[in-house]
Order: sequence, then C-alpha cells, then structure tokens
Amino acid sequence: MAKKKTEQKKWPEKWHELNPGCMVFAAGNAANYKTGSWKSQRPLWDNAKCIKCGICYIFCPEGCIQETQDGFYEANLDYCKGCGICAHECWPGAIVMREEEE
Amino acid sequence: MGKRVGMEVAIAAAEAVALCNIDVAAVYPITPQSHIAEHMADIIHDGRIDAEFITVESEHSAISACAGASAAGARAYTATSSQGLMLMHEILPIVSAMRLPICMANANRAVSGPLNIWNDHTDIMPQRDSGWISLFVENGQEAIDLSIMSFKIAEDPEVMLPCVVNIDGFQLTHMIEPLELPSQAEVAKFLPPRKAFAQLHPDNPISMGCFAMPDTYTETVKAKEVALRAAKKVVTKVFGEWAKRFGRKYSVVETYRAKDADTLMLTMGSMGETAATAVDELRKAGRKVGLVKLRLWRPFPVEEFKAAVQGCKTLIVMDRAISTGGAGGPVATDVKSLLYGDKKKPRVLNVIAGLGGRDLTVGDFVAMFDLAKKKKDETFELYGVRE
Ligand code: SF4
Ligand code: SF4
Repeated sequence: MAKKKTEQKKWPEKWHELNPGCMVFAAGNAANYKTGSWKSQRPLWDNAKCIKCGICYIFCPEGCIQETQDGFYEANLDYCKGCGICAHECWPGAIVMREEEE
Repeated sequence: MGKRVGMEVAIAAAEAVALCNIDVAAVYPITPQSHIAEHMADIIHDGRIDAEFITVESEHSAISACAGASAAGARAYTATSSQGLMLMHEILPIVSAMRLPICMANANRAVSGPLNIWNDHTDIMPQRDSGWISLFVENGQEAIDLSIMSFKIAEDPEVMLPCVVNIDGFQLTHMIEPLELPSQAEVAKFLPPRKAFAQLHPDNPISMGCFAMPDTYTETVKAKEVALRAAKKVVTKVFGEWAKRFGRKYSVVETYRAKDADTLMLTMGSMGETAATAVDELRKAGRKVGLVKLRLWRPFPVEEFKAAVQGCKTLIVMDRAISTGGAGGPVATDVKSLLYGDKKKPRVLNVIAGLGGRDLTVGDFVAMFDLAKKKKDETFELYGVRE
C-alpha cells in the first residue's frame, strides 16, 4: 500500500485510503479531524437563563465553546464530545444535555 | 564467502547486526540476551561502526527510543528477552501501527513467575498479536542470516513493519558453534541503506502515531492486517535472494522426511534439530514419521503450512508455551483453527514441553511421539510433569 509520494490525501473513508501508519503529511491540521462523532448527548442553551459569565467556555475540555456576537455562548458540535461538563458547571442552569437521538 | 569461526551465538548475532549499517541501537541488558547487548555496546564504543548506542534505563525506553529513531529515518535495532519483552509490550503494537521497521532479537526465555531465566516461548506468545513479523531460528547460523535478512524484510516498501527474530535463550544464545559471517561488502550489496517512506524532520513537519476515533479505528486495523499478511511474500522473496547470494536456503515452513510420512511433528526454534534426530531414530524403527518446522510465526504462513501437512494422518504439535486456562499451546491452537474448515485434515495432537529450560532430548521426542500416538482424546499433554 506504500504510495510513492507522501501527499496528504482526502479524508480517508475506506481502509486503503489511509496513509501508511496513519501518517499525516501536513502540519496544523488537527481542526480537520471532527472529533465530535462519538457523543451520545449534546448541550442545549437557554439564553434566557444565561448571565454571560463564560464559565462554560472556560470549563469545556475540548475548547469547542465560543462566544457569539451578542455575548452568549455556543458549542461547535463538530468537536463537542458530549461530556456534559458545561451543563454541570453552569450554575444558573442555562445548559441542558439532550440525547443525540432526540 | 566469509570464513568459518567458532563463536558464541549471541556474540555472532551482534556481529551480524554490526554488518547491517545500523544508525541506532537502544538495548537494555537482560539474561540470556546480555551478551548481545554487551557486545553491541562494545562494537559501537570501539568505533567499529558509525552508530549511536543509547544506554536506556529500561526495555520500555529501549523500544521507545528505537521508535523515535526509526520515525526520524534511522535504521534501529534492539534486543531483549522475557520480562524485558513484557515491559516492551505496550509499545510493540504502536511500532507496527506506525509502520516503523525496527528489528529486534528476542532471546526466548520463560516469563516469571516463578522467576526463571531459562528457555521457552512464553515471552513471545503474549506479543503474538502485536503486528510484528516474527521469525524463529534453529541454530546459530540461522541467527546470523535472519538477523541480517530481518532489516531487508522490515524495510521493504511493501512491508514497513517491525521484525523480531526469536533465538532460543541459552539453548542457542550461549552455544559456541562453527559459524560463517558474511563480509561487510557482501552485506552492503544485499542490504542498501534504509530509504524511509517518511521521516520526522523539523523542515518538513508531519504527524506520526495519530489518534483514531471509532469511525476510523477499524479501518486502521484492516490496513495493518493486510500489510502484515502481505509481508509473507516479501519474506519469501528475501529468503530467495539470500539463497542466491549466500547459498543457504530458507522457507517460511520447512519439512524434514515429510513426503511419505503418516505422522508429522511440528516444532518452532531450536527444538527442530533435536526433533529431526528423533525422526531419524523413529524412521530406523520403521515409523513413517516426518517433521514440519515453522520458521515464520507471524504472519502465519497458512498456505505453506497446509501444503506441508497435506496427506498426513496425525500432526503432533510441540508447543513451548501454554495458554493458561485455554485450549492448549498457542501453536496448536492456531493450527487447529486453521484446519477446522478443511474437509481433509489430520488429527492434531498437542504436547507442551521444554518449559522454563527443561531439556528436550532425542529420547524425549520419541517419548512424546509415543505419548501422542496413544492419546484417546484431543486434550493437550503437559509432557514430563511429575504426577
Ligand atoms: S458537552 Fe463537553 S465537550 Fe460539549 S460543549 Fe459541553 S463541555 Fe464542551
Ligand atoms: S456557564 Fe451558563 S450562564 Fe455562564 S455563560 Fe455559560 S451558559 Fe451562560
């Protein structure tokens, strides 16, 4: 399966599309790997309860919560792993976790 | 051709690797591999080869240092045994998944406990599924030849996988045998410098050893499985090239007086030579017996093995390890699984013997043959155990 050139291929779908040894031939590409595929729950915000303290943003272990233009917060679900830490830490109770199937 | 010398096999194994233009050796000494480690350190310290000897503090570090060196493009070598191999266990499948062609000698020794420094195959068996090419040698000359060939096999662009050469501890490592070391020029022609597929370098950043989510891991397993299976073809190709250049022939599965045999014994490693003598004795007594020797343990040479045992009625598998609480010895377990679906297959009997350095003489092989032939059921026998 060794390819002559060490080029970055498209995102691998099939097993033979993987680079040998899963090597990645370009730097600064962690953002390309959407690591949120395994979550079973997702956070839902109720901005009416949010006091814009930014605790959720600080505690998210994935660093996937960002501030919106109007000062509220939202998660980028491509990287959110559904751990629920944001909901646990949000003391006004502005975040609830919902099952992915719902 | 090099000249014949009387030399200890462990020393010869280190001398063979010294002919291979290695860049890095990271070796932690452990009985019965110590003479390989010490002699490798001497060779590099004396400036006989241009390589770095990394004096690591454990085998976990030895294999990890080799992984780093290999990822940077170096030809890396290590050697270990028993507990040392067990300590490497965590890193072994990472090395193969990263497709790093590190070569290693394993001086096979029983694993603790109880503490025992003598030979059997219980150290390599827990590493069986780690994705390494695993070869067994029968004598000192094979240790030299396969140590050199292992680099060529591992580094082949179609393979890019690590390779372990199993050399039975003491039984082989500490024997002084008449041996032939090829010349530096001959080995250089056979084994050109490593051309790494990719290497870690600050000027051209790449990532190795990446993370895979549930949506990709299965695909990585398939890729590794296909790569390891494909390595068999290259092993055979390299054996062929060796035979042409150096005159000594190797096969992934070897047979001895097997053609018209109704009963075959199957061995791996140094047991083979004693078993062959036992076959001669049994033949003299009129028994139609032969021998099959498994040289390549992983990837398992399924087709070659089946061709070798085709037509025999009874296959006695001699294992030097046991899957405690399982189906028997690991070799027999594999063999039975592989034959299960075949319409015509021999009866497979399993004798586990030679554990923790217990000697196996020609008489023992004759006795094991008799024992297996008398067996009424398919359970394994732990040969020689005092009841
Ligand atoms: S659930 Fe976990 S990963 Fe997702 S946004 Fe909240 S803290 Fe971050
Ligand atoms: S922790 Fe809760 S209240 Fe604070 S910013 Fe996040 S959602 Fe709003």
